[in-house]
Amino acid sequence: MTQHASPPRDSTDKVPPTGAAPAWRGLMAHADVRTLSLLGVLAALILIGGITKPDEFLDTRNLQLVLTQASVIGVVTVGMTFVIISGGIDLSVGAIVALASVWATTVATQEYGFAGILFTAVIVGVGCGLVNGVLIAYGAMVPFIATLAMLASARGLALQITDGKTQIVTIPSVLDLGERDAYVLGIPPLVMVFAVVTIIGWLVLNRTTFGRRTVAVGGNPEAARLAGIDVRRQRLYLYLLSGLCCGIAAFLLIILSGSGQNTNGNLYELDAIAAAIIGGTLLTGGRGTIVGSVLGVLIFTTITNIFALNNLQSDVQQIAKGAIIVAAVLVQRRTASTT
Amino acid sequence: MPEFTSRRGLLFGTAAVGAGALLTGCTSNESKDEPAANDQPAADDKPGKQVTIGFAGPQADHGWLNAINDNAKSRAKKYSDVTLEITEGSNDTAQQIGQIETLINKKVDVLVILPADGKALTQVGLKAMRAGIPVINLDRIFNTPQAYRCWIGGDNYGMGLNAGHYIGEKLKGKSDAKVIELAGLDNLELTKQRTQGFDDALKNYPNIKKVARQAAEFTVESGQSKMAQLLQAQSKFDALWNHDDDQGVGALRAIEQAGRDDFLMVGGAGALSAFQAIKKDDGVLKATVLYPPTMAASAIDLARVLGQGKGVGGMAEFEIPASITLYSAVVDKDNVDQYMSTGFK
Repeated sequence: MTQHASPPRDSTDKVPPTGAAPAWRGLMAHADVRTLSLLGVLAALILIGGITKPDEFLDTRNLQLVLTQASVIGVVTVGMTFVIISGGIDLSVGAIVALASVWATTVATQEYGFAGILFTAVIVGVGCGLVNGVLIAYGAMVPFIATLAMLASARGLALQITDGKTQIVTIPSVLDLGERDAYVLGIPPLVMVFAVVTIIGWLVLNRTTFGRRTVAVGGNPEAARLAGIDVRRQRLYLYLLSGLCCGIAAFLLIILSGSGQNTNGNLYELDAIAAAIIGGTLLTGGRGTIVGSVLGVLIFTTITNIFALNNLQSDVQQIAKGAIIVAAVLVQRRTASTT
Repeated sequence: MPEFTSRRGLLFGTAAVGAGALLTGCTSNESKDEPAANDQPAADDKPGKQVTIGFAGPQADHGWLNAINDNAKSRAKKYSDVTLEITEGSNDTAQQIGQIETLINKKVDVLVILPADGKALTQVGLKAMRAGIPVINLDRIFNTPQAYRCWIGGDNYGMGLNAGHYIGEKLKGKSDAKVIELAGLDNLELTKQRTQGFDDALKNYPNIKKVARQAAEFTVESGQSKMAQLLQAQSKFDALWNHDDDQGVGALRAIEQAGRDDFLMVGGAGALSAFQAIKKDDGVLKATVLYPPTMAASAIDLARVLGQGKGVGGMAEFEIPASITLYSAVVDKDNVDQYMSTGFK
């Protein structure tokens, strides 16, 4: 279904709404309508935040806070976007973050230091991604099932390693990265990592063969295979990539929370999928953008921030979050179909 | 309130009054027949009749629950007359029911059950009681008293109450004092009870206003994230009550990252890391309100004496009580050493 659905729709995206002024039309031709509508949603949220809590919301520290909170889930979402574009899904991201963080922090308590934590988190993430990739690419398992199995076993393993105990990190070099002193030009190191991952993700998707192959595999795997793409190897690499992102995210989470816990990364899979979908990535594969996904993450984080600043309770937050997902997707449909 | 300034004194006082009452009781009865209370086969540590206790609890995915399991196991090991049959913890209702039914079929003498969901597991509690196996219901309570012989658990309302009173006393004399609350999972009944107790206590202090409340999820990650937002939202406040020491690890991290130290913080539950921070006294955390995991050890004690047909030492009754609610003591710098050994990781 994706093979005939996505390419035409992709081309309609670029067509500006009828009746728009010529100058506006020219601008629209160069920018993705979806991205613009997302920026509109984000701008509206910033306006709401600025009106309801001007002093607290429009504050440098708050901007740093929102971006920091977006970083961990943001890195996961970049990996997830690649997987979804390829027509797959990775339900195990939250569990991998949990496993990578507790494994790394268990090593940390044995005093292998900064490098030990970083290395372990990344290796565990990549390892889990490898298992996912092999099962899906060479074991011909449906991604939903393979990563669901990984979700269950990685969470179980994380629980077994920690025995339900919180692993508190005491290594100063790790903890210091989360402190204000570590900010360079006002930018927290976590946000820098998020930015670098986003830029690399964008370059890989839009400027490399790997990126084109990813879109091709998601659009029409059979056509991709006939075009000479090793579809299986491509899939393996994509789940490895998602695992790598989870490993990096786990490291960021350790810096942020100063600990590893088996409950880390709770429901990240749903947040990352939601952010990617809001960002315009087709769940059926073949289309998606890194910028859209990152905007999706920022929208979610900004909503949470505005709610907390206005002291709204979690039930209201959840209802509003659901409504905003629906609204954002409807707005996109609207903008995409007004041709 | 005076009990917070001299809690230990109060404890000793109560003990002294109790002992006095017991003495008068004995002396006044001396001339008559043997007093009833002396016939009572009260529990002691001496080996008695062999008792097999079945223990079924939820999955230990949280520091406190893990401490529950440890407490139950180590207490059972202490008694040469107790055999503990422990099932693998599960948060799945159907699975836990299956595990309890297995213990019923094994014909254990007494069951100790900490249900993942008290309401959902009521039926299997009833089944055990009907099969003649008395049930000690630990912490999360069954729907009907028919499903258990004795309930022992913590006092969520009391946690809030004592946290509120502690903060109230600390901020006494400060006009327009502001407090904020970092609650636990909002969809749990216990979170509502903790908040209710806190609010009720604060009503005694008209100078204090609760200005914000956010719910976290009992995890370090959620504690860090929600606390960071709360700190941004409230540029100035005097006290914080955090429902749970596990999420408190994250909350403390957020406080440190924001570079704030202009308020006092009270935690909840009694984690070792919280006790250590209170003892060190170099941060905002000044106290924590207990929700003691030692209740699992006490449940084993009760199950043992129930199996041996004895009562509880220090009480006049022949039987163990039907319900025991533990006290949510406030642990601060003055008494933290006394509680250090009960702290869980």
